[in-house]
Amino acid sequence: MDFNDSPEEAAFRTEVRDWLTANAPEKVDTKKLSEPELLKLAKAWQAKKAEARFTCMTWPEALGGRGATPIQNVIYNQEESKFDVPRGFFDIGLGMCVPTVMAFANDETKQRFVAPAVRGEEIWCQLFSEPSAGSDVAGLRTRAVQDGDDWVINGQKVWTSGAHYCDFGILLVRTNPDVPKHKGLTMFWIDMKAPGVEVRPIHQMSGGSNFNEVYFTDLRVKDSQRLGAVGDGWKVALVTLMNERLAVGGSTGPNYPEIMELARSTVTETGSALANDAFREKLADWYVQAEGLKLTRFRTMTALSRGQTPGPESSIGKIISANQLQDLSNAAVELEDQFGIITDTAIAPLEAAFQQSLMWAPGLRIAGGTDEILKNIIAERVLGLPGDVRVDKDVAFKDMPTGR
Amino acid sequence: MNFDYSDDQKFLKNEARKFLDAHCTAAHVRKVLDNAEVSHDVALWQGVGEQGWLGAAIPEEFGGLGLGRVELCAIAEELGRACAPIPFASTVYFLAEAIMLAGSDAQKAKWLPKIAAGEVIGAYATSEGPGTVNPQTLQANVSGGKLSGTKIPVTDGDIADLAVVLANENGKPGLFLVELAGAGVTRETLKTLDPTRSVAKITFSGAAAERLGDAGEGFALTEAVFDRAAVLIAFEQLGGADRCLEMAKDYAMDRYAFGRTIAGYQAIKHKLADIYVKNELARSNAYYGAWALNVGAAELPIAASAARVASSDAFWFASKENVQTHGGMGFTWAVDCHLYYRRSRQLALVAGAPKTWKERLVRQLERRNAA
Repeated sequence: MDFNDSPEEAAFRTEVRDWLTANAPEKVDTKKLSEPELLKLAKAWQAKKAEARFTCMTWPEALGGRGATPIQNVIYNQEESKFDVPRGFFDIGLGMCVPTVMAFANDETKQRFVAPAVRGEEIWCQLFSEPSAGSDVAGLRTRAVQDGDDWVINGQKVWTSGAHYCDFGILLVRTNPDVPKHKGLTMFWIDMKAPGVEVRPIHQMSGGSNFNEVYFTDLRVKDSQRLGAVGDGWKVALVTLMNERLAVGGSTGPNYPEIMELARSTVTETGSALANDAFREKLADWYVQAEGLKLTRFRTMTALSRGQTPGPESSIGKIISANQLQDLSNAAVELEDQFGIITDTAIAPLEAAFQQSLMWAPGLRIAGGTDEILKNIIAERVLGLPGDVRVDKDVAFKDMPTGR
Repeated sequence: MNFDYSDDQKFLKNEARKFLDAHCTAAHVRKVLDNAEVSHDVALWQGVGEQGWLGAAIPEEFGGLGLGRVELCAIAEELGRACAPIPFASTVYFLAEAIMLAGSDAQKAKWLPKIAAGEVIGAYATSEGPGTVNPQTLQANVSGGKLSGTKIPVTDGDIADLAVVLANENGKPGLFLVELAGAGVTRETLKTLDPTRSVAKITFSGAAAERLGDAGEGFALTEAVFDRAAVLIAFEQLGGADRCLEMAKDYAMDRYAFGRTIAGYQAIKHKLADIYVKNELARSNAYYGAWALNVGAAELPIAASAARVASSDAFWFASKENVQTHGGMGFTWAVDCHLYYRRSRQLALVAGAPKTWKERLVRQLERRNAA
């Protein structure tokens, strides 16, 4: 039992580190940049990575990858995380959407789209969730009706990351409401700049706008834009979603070292808050959870390093990290006492990072699978417990009760 | 990255499970539970000795197998899973580790081969009453090589041959080896939460005591021994917690209520998912402890603390929710849930309660930050 690289892994790590040292862009204060400015930097960095084949590394060489092993991919990400490079713009596209295109599109479409996506010239988004189809995404209502060689699409998607800067998207729609919900879906790729597509930012409870609503009004797409057979959309979506866990990164935000520092410098009636027994017990719990998650990732890496399929242990990650972020942020805010209400970054400790995390954490507990859905997944797929009773399985979509 | 058991270690673990499946069933555990006069399963204790487990981590020059601590962790995990009613922890995790850590060459040569051969049962005696013993409260005293004082509770103190005892000598706390069959030792078996393990009150009145390690180092050495024991016990806790999850799952799958298996209700599914999450978190922390223990890393105190905190929490949660999942049947003496509920308390207390370890963990974090 150790944390060492194998000789091959160590050699690869050195190669990666050398390349990053020679090529990583100058450090910039990303907080001071606007999103378009950041995007420009991100595209330049992606192009550089693509040229050296340090993106989509596990893909075959013919598709722009380098046929790397999963552990080499992890090693690259570990090393890149030590550099201050712009990231996050391409994860969903290259992690989920383009692999779906690769799996289901004809050769001509693949020729057209894969390379520009790898080079960061075109960005993709995923259009699945709807206002009335969140955890139950197969209950979606956006409708596609065939009209000659075209399909005409009307409806609305929601929680679409990056829709406002994306060039293309994969869109899951209902093509047949007369059959049970999973059987009437079809997947298309669409041009996000086409007429009939309107992107509106969502104003989140945290104040920011990281996601969008996307409205479709008589959007016309060619039948050649279809991915998979008519009615097979759910099967196609499962291929996309299979990659989701890999594409959605871990949470960031203050953790036990930051709240420990805050407590040390916070004065209470009985001295430093760090001397408080109740606080110390909580701090120990946060440490155990944070380190436990890091070590759990090492177990996953071990499986990859041994050429095995990782076990299901990685499924615990987001449940723990999201809840801990909420719990820890609130504890920090309460630690600041009356002062904790202040969100002014010039005044609040750590530029109000705890206040910001407090308002962001509720979203983290929902995005990419709610706590409740993740527990169902653990119960059913890891522990082998039976699925819930399904009242909608054999009912035509149009006859399903919908609430509002 | 090799943060898991090796294939050889997995093989050893699997062999241990097979042995315990045959020789340590619930019926074996219950023989100790249901008979106040039975302190432990003597046949199992002999069998474990014959398997070489008692000397797994003892060097070959002292009659052991000379395997690493990770191998011992693998064995511990299986012992915890089987709820083994034997003085393994007292003898191997506490006594043998204390002697390997602090013993003189002569002490090692005298005792380690006997431990490996199954000829000696051990005990580790620190507590003298409710709360955590500390330098201000320590009463036991050695004078002229003779120990006087009372230790309570001492796990396996009633059946042990040799105890490590924390006591003052000339005003300095130290550790002492005391042969319990000798004069000046009175032992009384106590009733406890977990009757599958034996616990005593020991009164020393001029018992012959030989110092183990340096004078004045009693508390520091105890911390070091407890770090080692905490990692090994964490694996017993993990094994127990995993078993509780299996039991809860198996029962829920077969139990029908309101026309269907209760395993299909989200209230049960989410409960079992919560157990799984805690168990995996505990496993990762325990593995880190195993690594630190095995290589003698400077991080051992923090790794052991985290392993102990995570595994104590996981086993407690799994054991109580296992009872809950079983419903009324879980509350009966006849169903095995309470064996693990009891054992989770025994293991959480025997090397110091989790609260103590949380404090120790935070002290280590402060020390690390100051460095």
